[in-house]
Amino acid sequence: MSTNLETARHPETLKRVCIEPLTRVEGHGKVTLFLDEDNHVKQARLHIVEFRGFEKFIQGRPYWELPVLVQRLCGICPVSHHLAAAKACDRLVGVDRLTPTAEKVRRLMHLGQVLQSHALHFFHLSSPDLLFGIDDAVAHRNIVGVIRDHPEIAMQGVLLRKFGQEVIRVTSGKRVHGTGALPGGVNKNVSLEERDLLLAEIDRVVDWAEKGVQLIKRIILTRPDFHYRFANVDANTLSLVAPDGGFELYDGGLRARDPQGETIFDHADDQGYAELLHEEIKPWSYMKFPFIVALGPEKGWYRVGPLARVNNCERFHTPLAEQERQDFAAAGEGRPLQAALTTHWARMIELLHCAEAIRELLADPDLQGTDLRREGAMQTTGIGVLEAPRGTLFHHYEIDSDGLVTRANLIVSTTNNNQAMNASIRRVAADDLDGHALTEPLLNRIEVAIRAYDPCLSCATHALGKMPLELELLDAEGRRVGRLVRHADGSVAA
Amino acid sequence: MSKTFKLDGREIPFETGQTIMDAALAAGVYIPHLCHNPEFAPHGSCRVCVVDIGGRQVSACTAAASEGLEVDNSSEAIGETRRAILQMLFVEGNHVCPACEKSGACQLQAVAYYTGMLAPHFTHFFPRRSVDASHPDVVIDFNRCILCELCVRASRDHDGKRVFAISGRGLESHLVIDSPSGLLGDSSFAATDKAAHVCPTGAILPKGRGYETPIGERLYDREPISIVGDVRAQEEEVL
Repeated sequence: MSTNLETARHPETLKRVCIEPLTRVEGHGKVTLFLDEDNHVKQARLHIVEFRGFEKFIQGRPYWELPVLVQRLCGICPVSHHLAAAKACDRLVGVDRLTPTAEKVRRLMHLGQVLQSHALHFFHLSSPDLLFGIDDAVAHRNIVGVIRDHPEIAMQGVLLRKFGQEVIRVTSGKRVHGTGALPGGVNKNVSLEERDLLLAEIDRVVDWAEKGVQLIKRIILTRPDFHYRFANVDANTLSLVAPDGGFELYDGGLRARDPQGETIFDHADDQGYAELLHEEIKPWSYMKFPFIVALGPEKGWYRVGPLARVNNCERFHTPLAEQERQDFAAAGEGRPLQAALTTHWARMIELLHCAEAIRELLADPDLQGTDLRREGAMQTTGIGVLEAPRGTLFHHYEIDSDGLVTRANLIVSTTNNNQAMNASIRRVAADDLDGHALTEPLLNRIEVAIRAYDPCLSCATHALGKMPLELELLDAEGRRVGRLVRHADGSVAA
Repeated sequence: MSKTFKLDGREIPFETGQTIMDAALAAGVYIPHLCHNPEFAPHGSCRVCVVDIGGRQVSACTAAASEGLEVDNSSEAIGETRRAILQMLFVEGNHVCPACEKSGACQLQAVAYYTGMLAPHFTHFFPRRSVDASHPDVVIDFNRCILCELCVRASRDHDGKRVFAISGRGLESHLVIDSPSGLLGDSSFAATDKAAHVCPTGAILPKGRGYETPIGERLYDREPISIVGDVRAQEEEVL
């Protein structure tokens, strides 16, 4: 169906429409559409056009630098990279269980991260589409329009994000790119003064988060036909879950389910992720295409992030979020919700959970503990997996006997969502664009579908030296007179 | 009555044989510096302590104090020269402060802040340099070496080992290690050596201990280097 639009047979005969740059997303990307003379869409692709190279240039660096160095992948969710790398480094230094204080400080830091990132995405980036409608005038459909027309909503978004950033500052020393987590632990606890600073705000934060859930629920349920139809693609889902099947962001087992909600694997050890998931490379994108090995590259692609997580879990341990999850699950009538815009609903339930969980954690005296770090016997492989705001995040490092990195593999959330995002834009192209003269509001529908995944394109492009490249030499008439292909293994063929 | 010279208009007493740097530090006046360490013979290689004496620019750590000198340590022109010298040091190596474990407790970074250096200005060389982690306790990141020779002097003059030397000339100058393989792990170097605790940058560091001090509590997080003093003061506490 919609995935048939990946590659057109004769693109040279088609009209090319390019959406570049994609707006209100992190990083740089573009979408290309190929249409025939009657505006039927024959090909739709999401391309990631920026290039980073982290997996390569951290080779040769000392392992203990990784949590601080690799978090520079991103300015929006650096804490997720910081903690995923720290979890991998825990394994490298032979620590599989942190002290209670270290684990709780890290969990608090991560809750602050997810809260601020979700607030940024929902209020700053996506609320203009949701509040004003996808077809609203482009000059009005932005954060400035939200501030003007809905100042109280804009203010709640800004203050929610500010609170999340304060949680990060208290636990890592800085609002962006701090240093809290160390291999085997953390470098500070949360003082009573710092705790009280956050406690003074937390009830208001929970209240704003509740209002945020009601807002998105109202928007979705006002036009349920549209919101359940738009960019609806059946996808497998992947996320971490707690041992009891509950919602989990920091540490748990891997759970994958098919579009009907049936289990593919469950409570799988994250240290064995490489047996469960492989990555495919396509010549037209810098971003890899991961898939579930058991289902193969064609059928094994999956969705991660809020929609996958809330669909996948059986409960939230915080009461307000659990109540909202039950409403969300009921809307699916026994099946997981699959429409792109329901991701925003799931995202706001998660935000509410983060606010509640922060309030709970702040009451825990372990945060003021002084036993911060453990040591163990050095290992040469370390894998760290957690749920970043945008979905499951894998950090995998190998080091030599001197402690220098020899190999790194990072599968970031947006990479996990690569095929799901492509499937979503093909669905929109087939449903909403096919046969129509393209207008700005129609093209915005493509962006709205991508935006729902909150992609972080900067994070997602980090490989170096592995991209297949194809070079074609054409004559003046467009006939190919030469061709060179570099394959993923580095070999070059004519 | 002791002899004096004028430093930015202030009378600074000195003893015969003292340099301008020695006398200024003794009087509690800070002159920015990197390669200077009062425990070792003056070196004059980093040039950051440049001062102006009657229109002549000299390094304060090697210029002898003498009666009646009028020394400029704080004019805009001197500040400009120091910033340019620091900018050249930054672009010549690979100093990535945002991810460096020495950040916040690094003398190079602190002096750059003190002098008001806001950006490297010059084109980065991006040299290809290695990391030597062969020693069980200490790692050397050659990317951050500024060739101040403090480790060379400490190993030779204090530790009696001569583990380090500078090889090559001009732009090719680089730190070398006296061992069969050229690696620190094969040398007689020990973590308790003085040479392990004198580096003003993040080139010589204890292994696996990075980022242990939280942001806000690092050496230069609260006060500038002119008040806190050199990295060596903290390092000597470790010894």
